[in-house]
Amino acid sequence: MKIHEYQAKALLAEHGVPVPRSEAVFSVDDAKAAAERLGGLVVVKAQIHAGGRGKGGGVRLADDAQAAAAHADQILGMTLVTPQTGPSGRLVSRLLIEEGLDIASELYLGLLIDRATQRPVLMVSAAGGMDIEEVAAETPDQVHRISVEPGLGLAPFQARQLAAAVGLRGKPAGRAASLMLRVWDAFRARDASLVEINPLVVTANEEVLALDAKVTLDDNALFRHPDLRELRDLDEEEALETEASQHALNYIRLDGTIGCMVNGAGLAMATMDIVKLAGGEPANFLDVGGGANADQIRNAFRILLSDDKVRAVLINIFGGILRCDVLAEGVVAAVTDLGVDVPVVIRMEGTNVDEGKRMLRESGLNFTTADSMGEAAEQAVRVAGGEAAS
Amino acid sequence: MAVLLTRDTRLLVQGITGREGSFHARQAAEYGTQVVAGVTPGKGGLTQDGVPVFDTVYEAVRETGANASVVFVPPPVAADAVMEAADAELPLIVCITEGIPTLDMMRAIEFLRGRPSRLIGPNCPGLITAGQAKAGIIPGHICREGRVGIVSKSGTLTYEAIHQLTQLGLGQSTCIGIGGDPLIGTSFIDALELFEADEETEAVVLIGEIGGHAEEDAAAYITERVRKPVVGFIAGQTAPPGRRMGHAGAIISGGQGTAESKMAALQAAGVSVVKSPAEIGDAIARRLSV
Repeated sequence: MKIHEYQAKALLAEHGVPVPRSEAVFSVDDAKAAAERLGGLVVVKAQIHAGGRGKGGGVRLADDAQAAAAHADQILGMTLVTPQTGPSGRLVSRLLIEEGLDIASELYLGLLIDRATQRPVLMVSAAGGMDIEEVAAETPDQVHRISVEPGLGLAPFQARQLAAAVGLRGKPAGRAASLMLRVWDAFRARDASLVEINPLVVTANEEVLALDAKVTLDDNALFRHPDLRELRDLDEEEALETEASQHALNYIRLDGTIGCMVNGAGLAMATMDIVKLAGGEPANFLDVGGGANADQIRNAFRILLSDDKVRAVLINIFGGILRCDVLAEGVVAAVTDLGVDVPVVIRMEGTNVDEGKRMLRESGLNFTTADSMGEAAEQAVRVAGGEAAS
Repeated sequence: MAVLLTRDTRLLVQGITGREGSFHARQAAEYGTQVVAGVTPGKGGLTQDGVPVFDTVYEAVRETGANASVVFVPPPVAADAVMEAADAELPLIVCITEGIPTLDMMRAIEFLRGRPSRLIGPNCPGLITAGQAKAGIIPGHICREGRVGIVSKSGTLTYEAIHQLTQLGLGQSTCIGIGGDPLIGTSFIDALELFEADEETEAVVLIGEIGGHAEEDAAAYITERVRKPVVGFIAGQTAPPGRRMGHAGAIISGGQGTAESKMAALQAAGVSVVKSPAEIGDAIARRLSV
C-alpha cells in the first residue's frame, strides 16, 4: 500500500527520524494558517501517490504566508501530470506546507528487500535528488549498499560505514548513521516494503533530515497494523479496482476492447498476451481467484462491463478446484441477470467440463465456446470487431 | 524416480483440520499419496479422515516417520509453521499459503539457511509427481505419467501446460509450482538442477512471469549446466509497467523485469521460447522429436 509523503514523514518521525517542521492541509485557508505558524520561507508540496511532482509544478517555494496561499490556490484542485502519473495525471486535494531549509548537500537513501539475497538492502548515494535508477545504471559505484542480517538488524557500524562512504565526516556522519538506524527500526516495526528518502539533506547547520519520504507498506502485514490501514487514500486508486478488491477480485484496467475474466494471475496475464497475439487489445487484467463462486462471477461481469470500451468478453477458466459446471451456472445467471449485451466467448477446461459446456449450450444465450486458449482469443477478437491474426 | 516427491513420500499436512487443509489432504490421499499425519496446534489426539492429528511437527514426525510437509495454515502463522517443519528437519516443505507478510517470510528463509530442508513456495500450487503423489492443490486428474518436468511461477498456467502435455500423450514427470512471491524457497535454478539430474525427465517446461530476474538467472544456468531441451513461456508480455499483476512479485519497475528481457535471455540460452501459452505442448513435442 502506498501512502502520502506527509503520512510517511509522520510514520518515520514516530521512530525518531528527523524531518522538517510541516503541516498537512486540505484548503487554501489552512495552507495560509500553516505557513504563518511555520514562519518565513515555506515549501508548498502537492500530495499525490507519484514521484516527479516538482517537474509537474506541484512543489513551489513561497516567501511568506500570502505567497503560500496563492500557490495553494493554484495547486489544490489541479490535475498534476508528472513522469510517473501517466498523461491523465492526478487530482491534487492535499498539500504539505513545510519549512524551508538552508541545504548544504543532498543524499539518497533507500531500504527495501533484495530478491537476490533475500535480505533487506540499505542503499545510500551522494547523488541525492536525482533519479536513483539512472544513477545506478550510469554510475553504479556511486550507490553504496549494505545487506542487513534479518536476525540481527542493521548494525551501527554498517550505518557508520555507509555515512563515510558517501563522504560525510564528523557531526553530520554521526547524525546520518543515527537516522539510518531509525529508518531500519521503522521499516522493521511497521512492515514496510520500501522506504525511500530522496533527498536526504544535510543543512548549513549540519542537521540531517528527510526532506522527502516515500514509504510503501506490505499489504500482507496490514492485519497487524490497524492504524496504518487508515492511511489508505481511495482517491488515489481507480474506483473499479477498489470495488473489485472488495469482492476478492484482482482487476486492473487497461485500454483495449476485450474484457478478460480468468482464474489465476499467471493465466490472466497469459490470456492478455494471447489476445494481443491474436490482434486484439485486452481491456483489463482480471483474476477471479482459485475458488470463484457465482456471486464473484456476477461481480466480475459487472465490473468488466462498467468499462464502456468493452466490445466482447473472453472467459478463460482452468477449473481445478473450481468446477466447470459451477462456473457455467454462475456465468449463465450473471449474463441473464445483468442483461449482458456484448458477445461472450468462453474457454473452460478441467473438472466437469462437459457438463459445463452442456449448460452453456442449453442456456439459449449468445455464448461462443472454444476448445483452446488460442481459438478463444481469435474468436474474441473477431466478435469484438478487430482483426484476428490467422 | 521423478524429483522431490514419489509414492514412497510420507506426507504431513500442517493445518489439516482447516477447510483447505482437510480438502486437499483428502485429494492427495485419493491420488495415492501416503498422508500419514496432520498437525494443528491444540487439536493433537484427534483424527481427520482417518489421519492422526498432532500438536507439533516434532511429535508427528516421531510417531509417523513423515518426511515431507505441506503447509495450509493461515498467513499470520504460516512462516512460523514453515520454521517448525524445518526445525524438525523435514527434507521437503511445501507452503501453499498466500499472503504471508514479507518480513515473516524473510525470517523463515533465513532460518532455513544451513538446515537440510527444501522449501517450495510460499503462495504456490505445490507439486505433483504424475501417477505417484501430490503435495498441494494441483488437480491430479489432468496429469498423466510421462517424461516432461514443469517448473512454474504460476498456478493455473501450470495446469494449462499439464493439460497440453496430457492431450498430446506426453505426460509429466514432476510439476513444481515455485510461486510468484518476491521471496521463495526454491528457484528455477534449483528445479532445473533436479530435472537435469533426473533420469526420468527428458525435457523441461519453464513458465516465468514479469518481475525480478529469476528467469535471466535461470537462462545463465541453462547455458552452463542444462543439456536437456527446455521450452519457456513468460506471462505478462503485454503488462503495463509499474502495475502489480496479481502476484506480489509480478511487477515491471524501473525498466527491470520485462518479458522481453527474459525471453531474450532464455532464447540466447537455447530455450525454445513460445510467445503464446497455447504452444507450450507443441514446442515440447517438437524438441523431443528432434
